[in-house]
Amino acid sequence: MTETTGFSWTPENEAAAQKHIAKYPEGRQQSAVMPLLDIAQRQNGGHLTIEIMEYIADYLDMAPIKVQEVATFYTMYNHKPMGKHHVQVCGTTPCWLRGSDDIIAACKSKLGIGMGETTADGQFTLSEVECAGACVNAPVVAINDDYYEDLTADSISNILDDLAAGKEVKPGPQVDRQTSAPVGGATTLKDFISEGEGA
Amino acid sequence: MPTLTIDGTEVTVEPGTTVLQACEEVGVEVPRFCYHERLSIAGNCRMCLVDMEKAPKPIASCAMPAGDGMVIHTNTERVKKAREGVMEFLLINHPLDCPICDQGGECDLQDQAMAFGRGHNRFDENKRAVEDKEMGPLISTTMTRCIHCMRCVRFSEEVAGVPDMGALYRGENMQITTYLEKTLDSEMSGNVVDLCPVGALTSKPYAFTARSWELKHTETIDVMDALGSNIRVDTRGAAVMRILPRLHEDINEEWISDKTRYVFDGLKARRIDTPYVRKSKKLTAATWAEAFKAIKSKLKGVKGDEIAAIVGDQADMESMAALKDLMASLGSTRIECRQDGSAADASVRSGYIMNSTIAGVEEADYLLLVGANPRLEAPVLNTRIRKAARHFGLKVGNIGNAEDLTYRVAEYGDDAAILKAVLDGSHEASAALKKAEKPMILVGQAALTGEQGAAVLKAARDIADKYCMREGWNGFNMLHNAAGRVGGLDLGLTAEGGVDGILDDAEAGKLKTVFLLGADEIDTSGLKGATVVYVGTHGDEGVKNADIILPSAAYTEKFGTYANTEGRFQRTSKAAFAPGEAREDWSIFRALSDVLGSTLPYDNITQLRARIAKDVPGFENIDVIQVAEWGDFGKQGDIASGGIAPAIENFYHTNPIARASQIMADCIDARGGLVEEATGTNG
Repeated sequence: MTETTGFSWTPENEAAAQKHIAKYPEGRQQSAVMPLLDIAQRQNGGHLTIEIMEYIADYLDMAPIKVQEVATFYTMYNHKPMGKHHVQVCGTTPCWLRGSDDIIAACKSKLGIGMGETTADGQFTLSEVECAGACVNAPVVAINDDYYEDLTADSISNILDDLAAGKEVKPGPQVDRQTSAPVGGATTLKDFISEGEGA
Repeated sequence: MPTLTIDGTEVTVEPGTTVLQACEEVGVEVPRFCYHERLSIAGNCRMCLVDMEKAPKPIASCAMPAGDGMVIHTNTERVKKAREGVMEFLLINHPLDCPICDQGGECDLQDQAMAFGRGHNRFDENKRAVEDKEMGPLISTTMTRCIHCMRCVRFSEEVAGVPDMGALYRGENMQITTYLEKTLDSEMSGNVVDLCPVGALTSKPYAFTARSWELKHTETIDVMDALGSNIRVDTRGAAVMRILPRLHEDINEEWISDKTRYVFDGLKARRIDTPYVRKSKKLTAATWAEAFKAIKSKLKGVKGDEIAAIVGDQADMESMAALKDLMASLGSTRIECRQDGSAADASVRSGYIMNSTIAGVEEADYLLLVGANPRLEAPVLNTRIRKAARHFGLKVGNIGNAEDLTYRVAEYGDDAAILKAVLDGSHEASAALKKAEKPMILVGQAALTGEQGAAVLKAARDIADKYCMREGWNGFNMLHNAAGRVGGLDLGLTAEGGVDGILDDAEAGKLKTVFLLGADEIDTSGLKGATVVYVGTHGDEGVKNADIILPSAAYTEKFGTYANTEGRFQRTSKAAFAPGEAREDWSIFRALSDVLGSTLPYDNITQLRARIAKDVPGFENIDVIQVAEWGDFGKQGDIASGGIAPAIENFYHTNPIARASQIMADCIDARGGLVEEATGTNG
């Protein structure tokens, strides 16, 4: 865990924090610790520090160790500096069966780093996560808040290239598919729908 | 009142009782690790599984409230299998290092593995290893042994009120630690060693020095503060190896303070083990006969009013009575037990004890502290107040230094003059006291020292008289810091002018001889001109200007009676022999009286106690609360506005034994380091 100095809310984040605290009854402000940690992590560029945790503990009037317990329990709180793009490859069974090993290999070779490492330019951090909950579109990679689905080694390589170049990237399925609908467009009840529409 | 059947025995229990407690009531043993009767229920070790009829699977009995008509079985095949399974899981990551573990022989895990576990383990993989944590000079850690029962975490948060322990990370990586691996900064931290059911948290000073089965246990009481916590002293030969708490629901429950627990190395260091006589300005070792002869020659021609005595904080009543009788035979009644100059008044017993009792704190609904810092002066009492404030709705107000007492306190300001406003009813505390069903006022020694001590005492007395008296409830309480103080006051050991008067008269040459019985909290430089006879245990302040030093026994080395701050008489037992030539204090005075020509009329401690019982009513009623009659005490006077200086500045150095203790010194060092660290990280 690393040090930062002088953390305090930006006005927008302070307002967001107060909105979360207001969800809970008077005196139960500690319940808002998780969203506040998330807001603070975003404000700090992707990771938490002891100082931030102490700031939040103070802000919510709770013991610092209680904040640290929460922040170390959940995997989505990071405790060391992260790259601008956090590449989170799902390696759980459905994605693995659909070729997540290839995706991981592609990421490693493209970025030149191993799991849990950050590229020298600070652009990418690579990590393997447990089930991302998008098994229908396996294999899946989450980069920051966006999901990239139905990937192949090529498509993830292209995405990483585009991100590195600062280009716009389209999240969601990387094949011809609307969200989790069948690949290549609707395949069922096509006739029925058109007949129905016709009649 | 639910009635349930446990292994065929029907039992009716209070509503809210858990199945585990109901099992205990009928004498059925249920193994457990995380459950502890004084902590909140966690239910995370799963060792207490029992069968409940109509339930699909075994239930955790510690967390299941007893219900009417429940049928519980604790001896079925399924329960046996469940216990074996849980035990096997717990042992998966637990190292088999019992031979090098300090907990060995008194380990819950070891015992329960023997009683309820399988013979062997089917786990072939590597065990996890966890880095040890630094928790300060008192607690040694071997975190690989931890089974995550969370007792220490719950204790520090709930009982100690210092929420600095926690569990970081999750699952297999979970680790118990103190925040940033700092010293657990509580006066009660040593209790986590007792709570830990395995060898993860053990006593650092005791580490690898003894095995539990080779120690002799002596049940006795503590003299580090005036509570008289019940303790067990474990000795090997003449050496005290460790001190553990003993259960006493009305005093210390099952906790003791760190000073009580870890002061034992001070019993070995800087001890006086032979008499000394000052010859041509140098103290030289002497025999008892030589020392007594020297006293006799010094006393020749000295009149009774030229002799005085000061009694220290840890003196037992037998010693004080013997000294008092010796003084009387020399023609002096000038003997003083209030070393700190407190204005406590010996004439009315209810005026210098805790009338509401320690356990009474749980019944009280309002407590006004006056110049008392229970956290430092009596940490165990402080946990009781915290418990009452947490669970029984006790409200606390404070007149005096604002300190972190671990519970919410309404701070009225550090000014003794507020008492006047409280008395005339214009202060918010008056309304709170009046409204309360069982109000308490707790007066600390800090408020009673100094010139206006007697006036403060009177004001506190009048406040109590006006607001704190209820049917069967006396809300006036005094908190003492000295274990021997109430006993001394019971024996009437107060002198006009107090300690300062004695010191001043000695300096002015009006006193020729001064006896000091373990008196080390005074500045003895004023006694240079007089002949000083010091009877005590340690080479501390008292010996600096002493002319004759007589070695005596410490509290673990004698049978003595102490009255705690509630006025409850309790007796210490001899756990070990005093070192070298040291003798029990009362027998020193008895022997000296023989040399001086008027032998004290008792040859053994039984006769001496019979003699004390004549003066002190209830002296033979050991461990009984004796209701003291209310009266008038203190002296009407002006109370000037001004702060109350704390009675204790350094919790770890309040008496000669603690000052001789290296462990106590380490505790201070650890906290000195902490202050610097805190400024470093908090900027």
